[in-house]
Amino acid sequence: MQSRSWLLRPFSERSTQLFIGVLLAALALVTVLHLAVPAGHPLNVTAYTVNLFGKYLSYALLAVAVDLVWGYLGILSLGHGAFFALGGYAMGMYLMRQIGDRGTYGDPVLPDFMVFLNWESLPWYWQGFDMAWFAFAMVLLAPGALALVFGWLAFRSRVTGVYLSIITQAMTFALMLAFFRNEMGFGGNNGLTDFRDILGFSLRNDATRLGLFIATGVALALGYVICRAIVVSKLGRVCVATRDAEARTRFLGYRVERFQLFVFVISAMLAGVAGALYVPQVGIINPSEFEPIFSIEIVLWVALGGRATLYGAVIGAILVNYAKTVFTGVMPDAWLFALGALFVLVTVFLPRGVAGLLAYRFKRQRRSSDDTATPQEASA
Amino acid sequence: MSLLRSLADRDRVFDFLVPAASPVDVRHGPILYLEDVTVSFDGFKAIDGLDLTIDDGELRCIIGPNGAGKTTMMDIITGKTRPDTGKVWFGSRHDLLAMNEPEIASLGIGRKFQKPTVFEALSVFENLELAMAADKRILPTLMACLTGEVRDRIDEVLATIGLAGLRHRPAGILSHGQKQWLEIGMLLMQRPRLLLVDEPVAGMTEQEMERTAELLTGLAGAGKQSVVVVEHDMGFVRSIARQVTVLHQGSVLAEGSMDRISHDPKVIEVYLGAEEAA
Repeated sequence: MQSRSWLLRPFSERSTQLFIGVLLAALALVTVLHLAVPAGHPLNVTAYTVNLFGKYLSYALLAVAVDLVWGYLGILSLGHGAFFALGGYAMGMYLMRQIGDRGTYGDPVLPDFMVFLNWESLPWYWQGFDMAWFAFAMVLLAPGALALVFGWLAFRSRVTGVYLSIITQAMTFALMLAFFRNEMGFGGNNGLTDFRDILGFSLRNDATRLGLFIATGVALALGYVICRAIVVSKLGRVCVATRDAEARTRFLGYRVERFQLFVFVISAMLAGVAGALYVPQVGIINPSEFEPIFSIEIVLWVALGGRATLYGAVIGAILVNYAKTVFTGVMPDAWLFALGALFVLVTVFLPRGVAGLLAYRFKRQRRSSDDTATPQEASA
Repeated sequence: MSLLRSLADRDRVFDFLVPAASPVDVRHGPILYLEDVTVSFDGFKAIDGLDLTIDDGELRCIIGPNGAGKTTMMDIITGKTRPDTGKVWFGSRHDLLAMNEPEIASLGIGRKFQKPTVFEALSVFENLELAMAADKRILPTLMACLTGEVRDRIDEVLATIGLAGLRHRPAGILSHGQKQWLEIGMLLMQRPRLLLVDEPVAGMTEQEMERTAELLTGLAGAGKQSVVVVEHDMGFVRSIARQVTVLHQGSVLAEGSMDRISHDPKVIEVYLGAEEAA
């Protein structure tokens, strides 16, 4: 059963097979219902809904990234929104450059907000973002580099627990303030918007939106497999050991801070990819993604779905965001109360989240089928 | 200039070029050698001019009243605490004072803490797997897979510590005594040259104590590990010890066989006397 390649190991697990199966089936189902069922039919999935699902899936990938560091490594990051936003900004800069001279001011190179600010030329850090490969590399490298520097400083000084959570909050808050400033060159509080096309496909096209939805689903599947591969490897067991008894793990000869840094950077990159897929689907990126409250919300999704399961994070992200969509439509003011109530209820009644409930049901079902098992089956 | 000249010296082998994991040199007998070690915390001398020599393959018990510096001594050997003065050598080649904790651990000094800390969420088998001597850098750990050799080694240790039947259970469900054995097993997985065992039988039942005594005496021996046991329980020390060192106020008060120690008037006064009178 031992697979040689570490990346393929998760595929021999039941839970991963099930997760990937369900995810691909859902992607296929939505695609078919969108394309093949005529508009107006009750089963038709509208372009708006496809877009909404795409957004949920990018949130799900973000939640998986948070669960990797929180669930398995015990690092409660309250700043993952920053990595998400950085990935989003990298994508947004690419999309801005794709507008070309179709902007309001018609400048072939400068984005509208720079013309508006009377800037003469493109700042150095905007160079290269007209090339897709460069921008997509930055989607990984920018959050990865921030996580590397931040993590190196934090883990080297053995900052853990609440203190680490607080400084991750401070990090995302500081970035939010910085990105609000016009001089930073990222569009200030308006952020980047008015995107036209991606890789030559118009973003106002339903087919492009469907493509982005599918791409997000595939990215989620890949991200899930990568995280799962880490978790089931010996490195994953070192992570769990670090989570439960850091000093003991260090004493076994593992350079704990390097393991923390490695997993933290991977998680930040996954969050960056999630952000990059999110931006073209919502059509805007602004500093509000850096808001501390958003990063806390991500942790709530993971807690609701069930920590340290990965699939629980996906369930949590989709359920909470679906509930958010419904609630903010029906009674916008009540949403935060509903979220709070949901969190309290789940903590009290489902300490291991929705995933814990599923695992419990599944186990009980299997046990009862084991007990009653064979006679009927044998006769049948 | 002299620095440059020394760099140009072709005969010189720089320290960083010598393989770090070179085997411990015990040709001269001792595996552990402490000389005139002193540590003070805020003016209080926890260790005061301590000299101690442990031979290769020896089983040594260290006893002493509370505050005698037993745990601080362990901290110094494992690199957790830096002494103010003195020398600490592992074999005759490795200066432990020049190394950090992971380096010392990978050199072959294993320590069992007073309070058992096993990884409760992981199974007994996985606990041993993590403890195994292996390449502990990130990527090799990520790619590592369970070879037959590794399984055999883990099975062997599971048999030694008597937990073979519980291999797939989470370590969190083990009893206190079983956790202590698992800890010892985790140390054995590192193929240590020197085992430091801090109060192994605290809180154990009689049967568990006997079992632990068998385990520890079976471990020490020529060509195997050297074992240093710090213990309070005199009955237990009597049952395993060949050589006993008595620490008192940070230095060695007496050293020798259990019989000799228990008749030494100084020892009776500071330690045994207090206990036997009570």
